[in-house]
Amino acid sequence: MTNTAVPAVEVRNLSKHFGSVIALNDVSMSVHYGEVMCLLGDNGAGKSTLIKTLSGVHKPTKGQYLVEGEPVDFDSPRDALARGIATVYQDLAMIPLMSISRNFFLGSEPTRKLGPFTLFDHQFANRVAREELLKMGIDIRDPSQPVGTLSGGERQSVAIARAVYFGAKVLILDEPTAALGVKQAGTVLRYIAQARARNLAVIFITHNPHHAYAVGDRFTILKRGRTFGTFTKDELSREEMVRMMSGADELDALSHELKEFERADRLRAAGQQTEVDQALGSS
Amino acid sequence: MATTTAQHDERMIQESAFRKILRRPEAGAAAGAIAVWVFFAIVAGDSGFLTLKGTATYLELSAELGILSLAVALLMIGGEFDLSVGSIIGAAGMTMAILSGEFGMNVWLSMLIALVLSLAIGFVNGYMVIKTKLPSFIITLGTLFIFRGATIGITRAITARTQIGKVDLAPGYALARTIFASDIPIGDAKFPISIIWWLVLAVLATFVLLRTSWGNWIFGAGGDPNASRNVGVPVDKLKIALFMTTAASAWLVAMIQGINFTGADVLRGEQREFFAIIAVVIGGTLLTGGYGSAIGAVLGALIFGMVKQGIVFAGVDADWFQVFLGAMLVVAVLVNNYIRKRAAEARK
Repeated sequence: MTNTAVPAVEVRNLSKHFGSVIALNDVSMSVHYGEVMCLLGDNGAGKSTLIKTLSGVHKPTKGQYLVEGEPVDFDSPRDALARGIATVYQDLAMIPLMSISRNFFLGSEPTRKLGPFTLFDHQFANRVAREELLKMGIDIRDPSQPVGTLSGGERQSVAIARAVYFGAKVLILDEPTAALGVKQAGTVLRYIAQARARNLAVIFITHNPHHAYAVGDRFTILKRGRTFGTFTKDELSREEMVRMMSGADELDALSHELKEFERADRLRAAGQQTEVDQALGSS
Repeated sequence: MATTTAQHDERMIQESAFRKILRRPEAGAAAGAIAVWVFFAIVAGDSGFLTLKGTATYLELSAELGILSLAVALLMIGGEFDLSVGSIIGAAGMTMAILSGEFGMNVWLSMLIALVLSLAIGFVNGYMVIKTKLPSFIITLGTLFIFRGATIGITRAITARTQIGKVDLAPGYALARTIFASDIPIGDAKFPISIIWWLVLAVLATFVLLRTSWGNWIFGAGGDPNASRNVGVPVDKLKIALFMTTAASAWLVAMIQGINFTGADVLRGEQREFFAIIAVVIGGTLLTGGYGSAIGAVLGALIFGMVKQGIVFAGVDADWFQVFLGAMLVVAVLVNNYIRKRAAEARK
């Protein structure tokens, strides 16, 4: 249960091709127990392909995938789950009209015997769902209320708590904060910190550098299918990370462009049409 | 924020018992059943609606639809339709009637053969829905006509008729009559035993839905089949089992009618599929699946029976029944939606 030298999950020189498309090219990364590893990158950087490979959906074309130091070859997400690697996808797999505790135990229902009958143990389900969420720092009013009455952040936490309860040692969180407001995203970030405190290895995928910086221990940046580098928090300031992720040059170009628009608008408002044309022509 | 344990939460007190009842899917149907009963008690109270005999009449109608609608409710909560149940009633009833009425086979054996046939039909419905991935509405709309047509065609080919009687002359009929079509006298009225079947099955369906893992899977499969599959729910097997359960309920209705009338008609069960769906929807089950209750289906069937018989007691021409039924369906869905929305909103 200590942060040993052997990573919980590691990939070395991993490549994934889809026909002629090279989705991942020579990617290496690792995550240890009790650590939050942020996987950052813009759309199309290969984040999704990487986590799908880690969670057993895709098989790598080249390279090594190690779990606790052993090479593995997963055929399906079930294989990955059996090794304690659970992925919480953005679309959550929660059923809004079902209760929290029914959702929590869907597919792995707790039962008790009553004479010849095998019953769904609601008392147990409600108690455990409530306790597990409480461990994550969320206090739900009533585990028998429909999941649909929860906020987006709370739903994410139910999904995370479920994965942890059913034996996940490595959590892969696919943009859990993407669709959330500031406050709700804060709730989810708190659960990520909680999971780390419980000695889980967390791979946190996001394209929000502020969210990443708040909880991350190390950061791997993907760009166009390649690892752009892995940095610890000490090596990287928030500003540097933002610049690196979005591509500093592109941002500079964009701000320049925006300034030009602004100037053009001002000039147009003043009715100086000729100057507008000149300004645009010279930029 | 959270303390370590919170057995009593101060935020829980705010929910009244009344709102808890409103949260149940069948809340609207319960209110509707009471309203319909009160309405006919006032309008047709003098002409027999309130008597034991009157009650027995509408409960018989309710029971025969109710047996069907319980299975249809489970299927619809599981996210599928079965439009072929009426045709299965025709096929099952005719199988039993031909074997026992025409060829003198022991009634119990012919009923067993009809059951096997019905389960096979249910399996075919379910298997085709799973394999083709087409909406069950389309598949069973097809089998609605296929099974009805085949029943008429085969019956005519074997017997050159469309109605078969004399089931009561076959061996085993007396015991079958006791179990499927006897009456329980209460006061001056005779309550058919189908009411007992209905209520026993209602308890069973509610138990399965609310107290077993299967029930959880039914809600899950109807709410989001992919998500359910991902967490290990055997969605395909479950859905096939639900189609077979629905077919079995159609068989039971066919047996109750066939034994009672000592024969069968190729057209028996026509339109039952729609009445069953109407009863289920009035009972608060969502057309899209994932939400609903067996108790709701019981109340829906009860309303169906009360309206159908109440109109007769009220002296209105029975032709108008369909108008009432259709209007009630639309009103019920509107009321159910409203209640569900209110109940969900109030908890945020």
